[in-house]
Amino acid sequence: MLETRDLYKRFGGLVATNHVSLSIEAGELHAIIGPNGAGKTTLIAQLAGELRPDGGAVLFDGRDVTALPVQHRAAAGLARSFQITSVFPPFTALANVALAVQAHAGHSFRFWRDAARDGRLTGPARQALDLVGLGPRADVPAELLSHGERRQLEIAMALATGPRMLLLDEPMAGMGPAEGAGMVELLRKLKGHYTILLVEHDMDAVFALADWITVLVNGAVIATGTPDEIRSDPEVRRAYLGEETV
Amino acid sequence: MLERTNEGNKRETAAVLIGLALLVALPFLADAIGKGFYVTLFTRILILGLAAVSLDLILGYGGMVSFGHAAFVGIGAYVVGILSWHVFDGSPLMTWPVVIEGTENGFVVWPLAALMGALFALAIGAISLRTTGISFIMITLAFAQMLFYLAIGLRTYGGEDGIALYNKSGLGSSIDLFDKTTFYYVCLAILVVFVWLCRRLTRSRFGMVVRGARINERRMRALGFSPYRHKLTAFVISGAGAGLSGALLANAAEFVGPAYMSWQRSGELIVMVVLGGMGTLFGPVVGAAAFLLLEEGLADLTEHWQIVLGPVLLFVVVFARRGIWGWIAGPAREDR
Amino acid sequence: MNTLLLVEQGLNGLQLGVMLFLMAAGLTLVFGIMDMINLAHGSLYMIGAYLTATLTPLVGSFVLAMVVALPLAALIGMAVEVVALRTLYRREHLDQVLATFGLILFFNELVRIVWGPQPIFLKPPDWLAGTVEIIPGVPYPAFRLAIIAVGLAVAGFLYLLITRTRTGMLIRAGASNREMLGALGVDVKRLYTLVFGLGAALAALAGAMAGPILAVQVGMGESILILTFVVIVIGGLGSVRGALVGALLVGMVDTLARALLPTVLRTMMPPSQADGMGASLASMTIYILMAAVLAWKPRGLFPAHA
Repeated sequence: MLETRDLYKRFGGLVATNHVSLSIEAGELHAIIGPNGAGKTTLIAQLAGELRPDGGAVLFDGRDVTALPVQHRAAAGLARSFQITSVFPPFTALANVALAVQAHAGHSFRFWRDAARDGRLTGPARQALDLVGLGPRADVPAELLSHGERRQLEIAMALATGPRMLLLDEPMAGMGPAEGAGMVELLRKLKGHYTILLVEHDMDAVFALADWITVLVNGAVIATGTPDEIRSDPEVRRAYLGEETV
Repeated sequence: MLERTNEGNKRETAAVLIGLALLVALPFLADAIGKGFYVTLFTRILILGLAAVSLDLILGYGGMVSFGHAAFVGIGAYVVGILSWHVFDGSPLMTWPVVIEGTENGFVVWPLAALMGALFALAIGAISLRTTGISFIMITLAFAQMLFYLAIGLRTYGGEDGIALYNKSGLGSSIDLFDKTTFYYVCLAILVVFVWLCRRLTRSRFGMVVRGARINERRMRALGFSPYRHKLTAFVISGAGAGLSGALLANAAEFVGPAYMSWQRSGELIVMVVLGGMGTLFGPVVGAAAFLLLEEGLADLTEHWQIVLGPVLLFVVVFARRGIWGWIAGPAREDR
Repeated sequence: MNTLLLVEQGLNGLQLGVMLFLMAAGLTLVFGIMDMINLAHGSLYMIGAYLTATLTPLVGSFVLAMVVALPLAALIGMAVEVVALRTLYRREHLDQVLATFGLILFFNELVRIVWGPQPIFLKPPDWLAGTVEIIPGVPYPAFRLAIIAVGLAVAGFLYLLITRTRTGMLIRAGASNREMLGALGVDVKRLYTLVFGLGAALAALAGAMAGPILAVQVGMGESILILTFVVIVIGGLGSVRGALVGALLVGMVDTLARALLPTVLRTMMPPSQADGMGASLASMTIYILMAAVLAWKPRGLFPAHA
């Protein structure tokens, strides 16, 4: 589904992505873990198209998308959630998701009809909100939602663009244990329906959910395999000594 | 789609209705207290209110700080002025490739003013919107200045001195724009229709994209939007509104000159929008009223009224960001 | 139009370019380092001109008047920064536009109250009043040559300041990466005030030197301010090198277009029409230049922020 070949990116003297080659199969949940500063967010930004790599290629569905800008990759079915919550605070939860629906399915040069009463937008938007468990909060402005609810909203927006693949950048960041458990539950629901690339710090969640794990350290892949293989990999254990409890 | 409390909603509706009622009754009130002069003043307020609403469409909703909006107002005014001049002069505007004669028919001239405003906005917007932030501000200002100098260079049409209109636009025999009350109501009707159109527009799918781009353009891209085209379209619509207001302004003043396009005018329009309340549709009208009344009041007190206005602006920026409308209509975060 | 006239116009273009550079250098640093749009920069130009015009008869020397006026203008600039602008750095650009627009209205009116609405005419000092034939056959006003010399000297001084001193290093660092300054443990506030004062002094210098060429009057600051914006947009925000290139480009193109276009048009149409149209087209050329540069490089020729 998604593949990178020899991806390379540097910022001045710092190599953020060091010849990373990944292959993510359709339908799998592929997690990327690594200590802080390992280049995970930089990698996601290159996959989503926000950053141009200095070398290598990104292939989506076998097609080279390395030069494709963000909005075209999104339109092709590659949806991304942000590490720092990035919703539209003044809009209601429903309007946030409706906007995502519109991006995917609607025409945006419609000047007359009230978008808030457009069933072709609000219908799928409500579905997505229900799926992530935000149905009852549909009419609340995003700025009044709790942190956890906003992360759920992020996912709902990503889902509403009708993606074939989700890039989730630390969906559990800043969540309490209860909220975190809810998010794991949600991801479990999504798993199998979507191809998912998950970047996450919460190791329990990663090992519970992932089909495949890639470990990134200093921008380079040091190990890749099933959760069991990763757990027993000596190099990973060394890199993660003391980190695992994060 | 912003949740406004029900109470807030009612309060805003009430404020709009009361405001509208006052505007409708204004000529009678002015007559009753024997100050017919207020009809003329409020006609100006309505016209500049129209220009301010059109600016707020891109400034408040679209987050595009255009510092050249007066240029589009001026273009609308010049359309009226130039076509009227040719009627007076008896010469055609052009003879090739088609013959175009001057005209004072409002049903032709006013839409044409809006159209020309839109066309110039298309050209200027297409280039300016390639940039953001400070560059965008400076570029819109620079293009407006270019049109200002172009107007000064129009020697046939008065150059620096402008053109005095010998006639107002005609709207058929039953509507006489020389009657100041009639002209007032025509302006009021146009403003009401324009605000209503903008209200539909800002809530439509298109409006949501433009507003979304103001709040977080990067996120809009990640969702799959290319906001450039939407922003440009909003810029063009805004230019059309400004062009129309320019046509009215030319009729109100019976004069057209380069001063309409000066950068101070653009600055004043921004002031009106912010003073009244950005990102609302009624705020800019209230802002235009506040600005012109303040100007009128201060000018009575001292010829150096701008020395007061300057610090007032600083004060508004630092302390009163919500604008007058936010204060009247209650605690709403954004229109809707 | 012969070659000698062309040389003369070229020198005029250089002189305008140098003036624009003096305005643009300070302003572009304020844009680059503080991410702040300051419309009131033109007011400092105007203040520089008025102070010099007032002081010249008092101290009996144009140059001496400038020597007093520039630090005064720098102080006024720094005072404005401390009182009004400092609170605006972190605000939206729109707030900055409004607030500095208010400042312009205030300063213009203040000047009108103090000096009255009539323009003041200033004479160049006697020893610069004549002409010099730097190229045989082209007598050129000595005062304008002096402007060019001063401008180029300032450009050289700024180059040394920015590349060779610690303050300059900080200015460069700030212009390309704002966050870094705080991280370096620099007293950012003081640096900002200093940069502002420097910009004010340069603007006042331009204003003072413009005095004997143009009339000293209210509103003189704004017409050059908008030209300066064009220069900065073309050169790239925050880049002093860009400001220099942009200023010379704009100065040259504007001057040559004004000199040449009417003549060229006269070959195609009746003289009266040609002059009118030539003048309008000439005043539009630099904006067309700006549009062309932006279509090619939206961030200007030398963008400071990578």
